[in-house]
Amino acid sequence: MTQINKNKDAITWETFSEGLWVNNPVFVMLLGMCPVLAVTNSAINALAMGLATMFVLLASTILVSLLSDFIPKQVRIATYIIIIATFVTIIDYVIQAISLDLYNALGAFIQLIVANCMILGRAEAFSSKNKPLKSIVNALGMGIGFTFALLCLGVVREVLGAGAIFGIDLFGENFQPWVVMILPPGGFLVLGGWLLLFDWIKQRQAKDEEQEGRANVA
Amino acid sequence: MSSAQQSMQQPDSPTTRMILVLTGIAMLSGFLVVLVAQLTAPVIAENQRIAIEKAVVKVIPGATTHKEFYLEDGKLVTEKQNQDSDSIYAGYNAEGKLLGVAAKAAAQGYAGMIYLLYGYEPSCECIRGIKVLKMAETPGLGDKIITDNNFQANFDALDAKVDIANRSLANEIVTVKAGTRQHDWEIDAISGATISSVAVGKALNESAQRLMPQVLTQLHVLEQSEVIHDAN
Repeated sequence: MTQINKNKDAITWETFSEGLWVNNPVFVMLLGMCPVLAVTNSAINALAMGLATMFVLLASTILVSLLSDFIPKQVRIATYIIIIATFVTIIDYVIQAISLDLYNALGAFIQLIVANCMILGRAEAFSSKNKPLKSIVNALGMGIGFTFALLCLGVVREVLGAGAIFGIDLFGENFQPWVVMILPPGGFLVLGGWLLLFDWIKQRQAKDEEQEGRANVA
Repeated sequence: MSSAQQSMQQPDSPTTRMILVLTGIAMLSGFLVVLVAQLTAPVIAENQRIAIEKAVVKVIPGATTHKEFYLEDGKLVTEKQNQDSDSIYAGYNAEGKLLGVAAKAAAQGYAGMIYLLYGYEPSCECIRGIKVLKMAETPGLGDKIITDNNFQANFDALDAKVDIANRSLANEIVTVKAGTRQHDWEIDAISGATISSVAVGKALNESAQRLMPQVLTQLHVLEQSEVIHDAN
């Protein structure tokens, strides 16, 4: 977001990519940590959780941005919560219909999407202030960023903790899985690892830009 | 009433507008939720039926089809009258012969309830297999109750004979310390997953004590239905 857009409603690449990288909900904003740590013990769970969250985010974004002119300021949070809760209940039924195994694996965390502050945060900070199309593009980016982050954790944890990826065995019989990785502490460890990596990349980028700047001045 | 009508005429009054917006959105979400619930209900019911069928076929060796019965006042019926009556699943082989019955069991595990389905064979009065329907045990430790072959071997023919008075089991099903199994009605625990193993034993004991004496007196109902099955 280096340039100031003269047209506020213009949909730019940044509108979409904000959630992917600059403001990735997990790796940068550290929002919605509960599902991030809890359900990423396998890649498939992480993917399903990411997609479910993305659906709720998109659907609630559409409604919030369409209705934002009608919603009185005093009850906006209550309204957002109702809207989000509706779509969470819907996705809850849909996942039950798609696969009972997946539903059992995700457990209570589908219902807990309601409390994912990333979704409420997007409704409050973006959808209520922007046109529907722009909000959808932004929400799509955020949703993909969130799913990507969950997958990052899920894949690493499943490979280390179960020696498999998407349920497919990688290392054969003799592999001794690092069980702690699919237990809750593993979630913290892997998240810490990813945060370190992303921060390191960011710092290096910043340094490069600084050096380039100096070189240009010289 | 009159004040409400008055404020209806001034839609800009913040309180009225708040109530209107909240009511409107709540109605919209109610509509959406009911719509989706209606649409998905048959699919979810079918999914659950398939899951049960898979489980029944697994816990009764040789069974290919199943039929659901309900235990009400000591009798097995096909139509459910009472909401909380127990389901008994009769498993038949391809020729329609009754091989065994399956029932649900549940007990508190290490992390939440463990729900099981177990297969009971009337000819040997023993439990022939278990399948965990739902649990939240620790991956790598407690979930060995599913993956550990030695533990599963406990249920190849776990003794669950009914006593002479036909009121309960002759021997309580108990989980014993890993490697100390002596009798056919004992379950060898998994070392490192004792709480989960004990829960499985407790669940089986509770359910079999309560249900199997009743089911054994009702076997003719299950076999009769097999005759109807043949006629079809």
